[in-house]
Amino acid sequence: MSDLTKLTLKAALAGLKARDFSSVDITKAHIEAIEQARGLNAYVLETPDKALAMAAESDARLARGEGGALEGAPLGIKDLFCTDGVRSTAASKILGNFVPAYESTVTSQLWRDGGVMLGKLNLDEFAMGSSNETSAFGPVINPWRRDGSDAALTPGGSSGGSAAATAADLCLAATATDTGGSIRQPAAFTGTVGIKPTYGRCSRWGIIAFASSLDQAGPIAKTVEDAAIMLRSMSGHDVKDSTSLPVEVPDFASYVGKSVKGLRIGVPKEYRIDGMPAEIEKLWADGIAWLKDAGCEIVEVSLPHTKYALPAYYIVAPAEASSNLARYDGMRYGLRAGGPSLTDVYEESRAQGFGEEVKRRILIGTYVLSAGYYDAYYLKAQKVRRRIADDFDQAWQTCDALLTPTAPSAAFALGEQSDDPIAMYLNDIFTVTTNLAGLPGLSLPAGRDAQGLPLGLQLIGRALDEGTLFSLAGALEKAAGFTAKADRWW
Amino acid sequence: MAIDAATVRKVARLARIREPEERLEPLAQELNTIISWIEQLEEVDTDGVEPMTSVVAVALPLRDDVVTEGGDTSRILSNAPKSADGFFIVPKVVE
Repeated sequence: MSDLTKLTLKAALAGLKARDFSSVDITKAHIEAIEQARGLNAYVLETPDKALAMAAESDARLARGEGGALEGAPLGIKDLFCTDGVRSTAASKILGNFVPAYESTVTSQLWRDGGVMLGKLNLDEFAMGSSNETSAFGPVINPWRRDGSDAALTPGGSSGGSAAATAADLCLAATATDTGGSIRQPAAFTGTVGIKPTYGRCSRWGIIAFASSLDQAGPIAKTVEDAAIMLRSMSGHDVKDSTSLPVEVPDFASYVGKSVKGLRIGVPKEYRIDGMPAEIEKLWADGIAWLKDAGCEIVEVSLPHTKYALPAYYIVAPAEASSNLARYDGMRYGLRAGGPSLTDVYEESRAQGFGEEVKRRILIGTYVLSAGYYDAYYLKAQKVRRRIADDFDQAWQTCDALLTPTAPSAAFALGEQSDDPIAMYLNDIFTVTTNLAGLPGLSLPAGRDAQGLPLGLQLIGRALDEGTLFSLAGALEKAAGFTAKADRWW
Repeated sequence: MAIDAATVRKVARLARIREPEERLEPLAQELNTIISWIEQLEEVDTDGVEPMTSVVAVALPLRDDVVTEGGDTSRILSNAPKSADGFFIVPKVVE
């Protein structure tokens, strides 16, 4: 029955509904695949008993002719989403064995629609990283390897577990989050599809906070249509998140396959950066040609403040993180260390509980917010952020969506960039602008480099216009014909 | 405005993270590298630009000031490192 793990989410849902196989069947197949793939380190917690219980309930509903949009589908959950009664860690030692007494809104909607939880997926600690190497559980290994090499590659980050598990058929689809590119860069590195929707589309309630004005949940899936199916269940207004948007959730999947004729596609010249591999240049040109063939009009646009997006992000995100992570004080949950004084406990718990990258960002955030520096750094970054958002508004005068590469390289080897924080930060150069402006961005696999590794293209859309992105992504997916899977070595 | 070991000590103290003495100098160098990279923002003309605090252009919603959830002490205390009699136990704050 292990072939069931190879199905797309859409095909699995159809098979479940037709009772070709049961949810218990497909869940067992995934549990087995997960057990055999522990070398990838994608799951930090497997919940097979819970999965089988949920699957049995789904089968009962399906037998009665009932069931929601995801009924019986086994899914992976990034361990940044709090899950009721199931350990949730953010891949940080500071949360220890934290077991939430509540369910995040996004995951509760997946269970409402009949999804089955396979377990919790690895990530960079507090979602701070681009390679999964900051996880307290050790890095996820990318199922993809360079041709003829067995060097361990990063699956990207921070949603590396979500991307690797989806790519290796260890779940039908996964939840993920994106603060600067953490859905899209791992999707590009693993040959999967990921979308960060418009800020406010998905509730942040119950997602462990990193940088609240930038954090947004979204899915990683095997196909564009699968991503659309997942996003519909994940989205929706939530009174528990004051930044959640009170808007209707469209049937995103209905946009996949729609004609894209006449759409104007902007190609931002500032995204042609020095040192970009020729293969990525070529992939981008291919993408442009494919959309032209599909009837789109290509226009050159300018986003003049693009190069300032990353530096602005590295003020705004650490500043918000230093504030959000102040709650980890060893008093109410998680690790408590040191003593006897209160200050000793605070300082020692945080010294032992946080990893190096998290500490580095808390220190930067504390510094840029400290007396005397606030205006020079934080206020300046917020103004630059406005400039970046204005660039997009300007672009929307002449185009309906933008096409760019997702990341400046293919997956790199573990350890290759971990000594140089800024080199690591540059992974997000093409993705971070949409977080600052709150816009939706989608990455889909569109080709492979000379060493056989997948490469992604990114589509950026207007606020709340994910529908257009799904139509364009559907057209690109069809034209690119990317069907390659990593050769199984694990 | 270069960051030195004394600045790191002060910032670490503000952030309530214990950093051993021998880490202060290397951390100062790391933070300087990042901060000087960030300082390219000075090139951007932001005169008269309104700072962007939120990407969501809606007013914050209000609700009635009533209890919607609560009264579940045991759930709240379930992850406490130390608790007793319905309270969190913390180190002595006042002598």
